[in-house]
Amino acid sequence: MVPLWWYVLLGVVLFVIGAAGVLVRRNILIVLMSLELLLNSVNINFIAFGRYYADFRGQIFAIFVIATTAAEVAVALGILVALVRNKSTLKVDDVTVMKG
Amino acid sequence: MDQGFFLLFAAVSVITALTVVLARNPVHSALALMACFLQISALFVLLGAPLLAVIQIFVYVGAIMVLFLFVIMMIDVREAVLQRFLPGRNLPALVLLVLLGIEMLVLVLWSDRFSATEPAAARGGDQIRALSTTLFADYLLPFEVASVILLAALVGAIMLARKESG
Repeated sequence: MVPLWWYVLLGVVLFVIGAAGVLVRRNILIVLMSLELLLNSVNINFIAFGRYYADFRGQIFAIFVIATTAAEVAVALGILVALVRNKSTLKVDDVTVMKG
Repeated sequence: MDQGFFLLFAAVSVITALTVVLARNPVHSALALMACFLQISALFVLLGAPLLAVIQIFVYVGAIMVLFLFVIMMIDVREAVLQRFLPGRNLPALVLLVLLGIEMLVLVLWSDRFSATEPAAARGGDQIRALSTTLFADYLLPFEVASVILLAALVGAIMLARKESG
């Protein structure tokens, strides 16, 4: 069988890659895709721990994470479309209306 | 056998995740992300969660990635393609990430809590039936809240994306 820490290690690697995408890339689309990657790495951990400790709650939390991710992506892409229509930019650095 | 499959899926998912972050064209990123999700759903099958694997393919590959590709199609990505990937400008972020990664690796590798090699007493019988019984009995309120969140996101996305009518 595969040891548990292999799955945890894979989750760590995917999380770091996704965080690099969020922090380093300046394209909003890539930032959103990296967010998906982050949430997926967390899901791997949930299901791996649920499997190795024989607990359903890992899978149930993963289902809720997936549902919330779907809602988040719908709202984020709506904001993205409105942003492109109003400011016609895709760079994170150009969106400084709120002085962030 | 299992270990070989795990290594294959994990290697492909890490490579495609790197492609997502490093690719210059957003379409390439989206397709690499789709491949990564497929690998992760294969990992869910290895973990004995076939329902989650199917949900992963339906929701992520079927819905979310199609949404991404539609948005990429609607907006002009040619300007974004020209943008370069400059890690030098973001040195503090990269240092922070490397520190985060090293910290998590040290914590995982030093702890003996993650060394379980055998799943605890794989319960036989109908696993999906037990899962759905737990979901609809003990977690009914979060389930309803999730459906309300999805409805609110639907209305919000329509309101955000429609043209201003005056």
